[in-house]
Amino acid sequence: MTTLAVAGRSSLSIGRRWVAPAAFLLLALIDIFFFAHYAHKGDATLAFSQPFAKVTVPNLALPGRATAYVMGGLSVVLAAARALELGKVARRASIGLVLFFFVIALLCWAYAGSSNTFNVINQFQGTLADSIPLILGALAGCLCERAGVINIAIEGQLLIGAFAGAIFASAFGTLWLGIIAGSAAGGLVSLLLGVFAIAYLVDQVILGVVLNVFVSGLTGYLYDKLLVPYANTLNSPSTYLPIKIPLLGDIPIIGPVFFDSTLFLYITYILVAAVQIGLFKTAWGLRVRAVGEHPQAADTVGISVKLTRYRNVILAGLIAGIGGAFLTIGSVGSFGKDMSSGRGYIALAAVIFGRWTPLGSVGAALLFGFAFELQSILSTINVPIGSYFLLMVPYVATIIAVAGLVGQVRAPAADGQPYVKA
Amino acid sequence: MNLELQGITKRFGSLVANDHIDLSIAPGTIHALLGENGAGKSTLMNILYGLLQPDEGKILVDGQPITVQSPKDALAAGIGMVHQHFMLVPVFTVAENVALGHEETKPLGWLDRRRMRAKVRQLSEQYGLRVDPDALTEDLPVGVQQRVEILKALVRDAQVLILDEPTAVLTPGETEDLFRIMRELRAGGKGVVFISHKLKEVQAIADTVTILRRGQVVGERPPSTSEDELAALMVGRNVQLRVSKTAATPGRVVLDVSDLKVATTQVLVPGEEAALAVNGLTFRVRAGEILGIAGVQGNGQTELCEALMGLLPVTEGGIHLNDRDITGASPRDRLRAGVGYIPEDRQQDGLVSSFAVAENIVLDTYDRAPYASGVALKLGAIRQTATERLAEYDIRAQSIDTPVGTLSGGNQQKVILAREVGRDLTLLLASQPTRGLDVGSIEFVHRRIIEERDRGVAVVLVSSELDEIYALSDRIAIMYEGRFTGFRPPDVPVEELGLLMAGIDGSATPEVPEAPGIREADEAVEAAEDPGAGGAAGVEGAARASEAGGREADGADRAGGATSEGPGTEAK
Repeated sequence: MTTLAVAGRSSLSIGRRWVAPAAFLLLALIDIFFFAHYAHKGDATLAFSQPFAKVTVPNLALPGRATAYVMGGLSVVLAAARALELGKVARRASIGLVLFFFVIALLCWAYAGSSNTFNVINQFQGTLADSIPLILGALAGCLCERAGVINIAIEGQLLIGAFAGAIFASAFGTLWLGIIAGSAAGGLVSLLLGVFAIAYLVDQVILGVVLNVFVSGLTGYLYDKLLVPYANTLNSPSTYLPIKIPLLGDIPIIGPVFFDSTLFLYITYILVAAVQIGLFKTAWGLRVRAVGEHPQAADTVGISVKLTRYRNVILAGLIAGIGGAFLTIGSVGSFGKDMSSGRGYIALAAVIFGRWTPLGSVGAALLFGFAFELQSILSTINVPIGSYFLLMVPYVATIIAVAGLVGQVRAPAADGQPYVKA
Repeated sequence: MNLELQGITKRFGSLVANDHIDLSIAPGTIHALLGENGAGKSTLMNILYGLLQPDEGKILVDGQPITVQSPKDALAAGIGMVHQHFMLVPVFTVAENVALGHEETKPLGWLDRRRMRAKVRQLSEQYGLRVDPDALTEDLPVGVQQRVEILKALVRDAQVLILDEPTAVLTPGETEDLFRIMRELRAGGKGVVFISHKLKEVQAIADTVTILRRGQVVGERPPSTSEDELAALMVGRNVQLRVSKTAATPGRVVLDVSDLKVATTQVLVPGEEAALAVNGLTFRVRAGEILGIAGVQGNGQTELCEALMGLLPVTEGGIHLNDRDITGASPRDRLRAGVGYIPEDRQQDGLVSSFAVAENIVLDTYDRAPYASGVALKLGAIRQTATERLAEYDIRAQSIDTPVGTLSGGNQQKVILAREVGRDLTLLLASQPTRGLDVGSIEFVHRRIIEERDRGVAVVLVSSELDEIYALSDRIAIMYEGRFTGFRPPDVPVEELGLLMAGIDGSATPEVPEAPGIREADEAVEAAEDPGAGGAAGVEGAARASEAGGREADGADRAGGATSEGPGTEAK
């Protein structure tokens, strides 16, 4: 039996061994035969500072076609290297590099010979902003699933957070009330999830989907009945303005990206740190993880499984609700029907790709955010590819990255299983 | 700390799992709780640990009554437990598992890993546990995981440690190690409760032995008590249930098992050879006879049955059914060949509890005529059969559409009987067929088994109830640690059976892997030109021989012994 298991694993790893080199090679070929081959003559210009910045960094002009060829060539080399045995760090670095080369080749192709410049700062600023709801949603997912409750309802929590945030901020004219209301609304949806999943043992996947549909229907109805007729009072909140952090905000490149944003980004920093440290460095986190892995073990040492799960589920809703509020009062302002548009599900994917750790999910969420932003920037400069196709390419790259990066994914052992005392 | 249980009673429905149990555990002693599976040992300990609430009775610590409503209360009272299935988080380190729920923290709930590790190291040294606090729990061998469990109790300053069947998952070497640790714990003034059904282990380590049977304390003995006395207390020799039956008329050999070896289902340590649960069994069962396999639970009977049914792979040896080699045949092949199987765990292996009675009744034949044509089920035929069987087997169910899981144990067993016995069999395997049943159902099941025998079916009966073995068997094989310690006629004294069940071959009687005198019948079959006539002669010969065997077991034994071969004779 043991030999069988060993044999099974080694044959699997042989299969796996060729996935990454093959994917690398595929990207290299796209670099060379598409991006480089079809690039216009001339330079692609990358900008590293914003207009009116105190300290400016000179623009970088790359010969479009040549750069793309170089990127492709380097990717081929990496694919060959990847076919050999590499250490863990080298493996991860190689994936990062290949993706980086791919993006550069893509930009060279898109911007070569064009009068437009690609502003790197805008790209990264946008990435962070797009990632906020994904990151907060993913944190909510981590909190729930680490305690053993599957949270498909992130989508609903984001949507209701956006809805409540807009109404309260608009009606009372106070922005922070919008954050609190959005958070509380997300918590309420979570409470429903908790009650049905923990007390009534309803299947958590179905429950989550039902809650999402419920929230979508509820907010859609109220939007028609309240927000449309009373749009001026109920659906026109002001939005948070960027706050530049003194000194840090003036650092070239890093400053505008990380330290010149709305309150939401700073809240996100704090929450990411709090959840990551809380889960892995504190007694609370140890208990939460025990409940998610082996609830009976936790129970037999006097930890209340139900209480732990309720607490985490509600906490998750409160966090996802803040992410929802960002969609309205941190970004576009007014609420629109189903405006969360699948971000909750992407956050859920980020949780899994991030191996159920807050930092890992943040990394995955940033990858997705980067893809969103790149697509929206490219769609403004008339790239001769359909924007939906553009939107797809980074995802494909992400999936490849994840397939190579994540390796064996293991969910918390008791994830999704209701706990019933024997 | 002196721990005392007074008059603990626990009922599950009509079953009394614990019946007014008194027990006293002194500090610095190892107190063994001996009993078969289902005797109520684990129930009692779960009550003590707060996992179950007693219906009656008190728990006293140093004379003061305490209430134990949860494991938390038990831990607070100084009672720790090492569960049979470890309560360890596999992805945690040893230190994390030990600290869980009892964490060493700095301000703000920050984990103090250094102190957690130090604590594990200190206790590990004090009691000779040899555990690395930074090891990942899932990477540790079972024996070490068990020590982590012990550490969990020690770190909470438990004064009484309950070890629930701790040796069940251990290799002999690990067991020795555990015993050494138990002695260290005793020397440290801890009270240790050692739950087991293995006599030798109890004798080796315990200071006092309390024997439980069917939820009652049937005696308290010093460990110097002889094994056969302990075995007899454990298994009991109650009033025998009598089922009227005539003498067997064994015919041709139906089941021929030669040198069968089966590995345990538990792979103890990755990479290590699994131990053999069935270790070289050779026996034959003839048409129209019941071979009773007696033995204390956990001596390989389960694995034997599952190997015969094709549910476990055979490591070595062969199984022949009617001269056809079925060693590697699938369970379905065996069903088609006429093997019926009454499994030991009816809810787990015998029934699909959410399926209706009717569906369960055709579970093995649903895909053939008359219940199916092509891919379609013939619901009419199924319903008709189910209705008939319901009446025939006196199954008390509201209708044939009732989910089988809602029926009582006795009726569930009748559903299994109706399915297995309802078709034409050549061999019936019945494993613990009446466990947990009421007297009425027991009688019914026994009667049906004997009817099958009289119809010419070969029957293998595995039971740890001696009453049942005596009531049904035409021949008794006694199993101990994967081997047969002997074959005996059904009138063997219970004392002798007890000795054999404990692995001691008290008498010098030779083994009888064949029914007494059956060889003559065999020869008759071989000698005859016409198989039909020969078969008839064989049956007659067998009848004569078995009568002779019944009257004069000694002579028959000698006759059987002279012709027998195989590893049975080597057993001690």
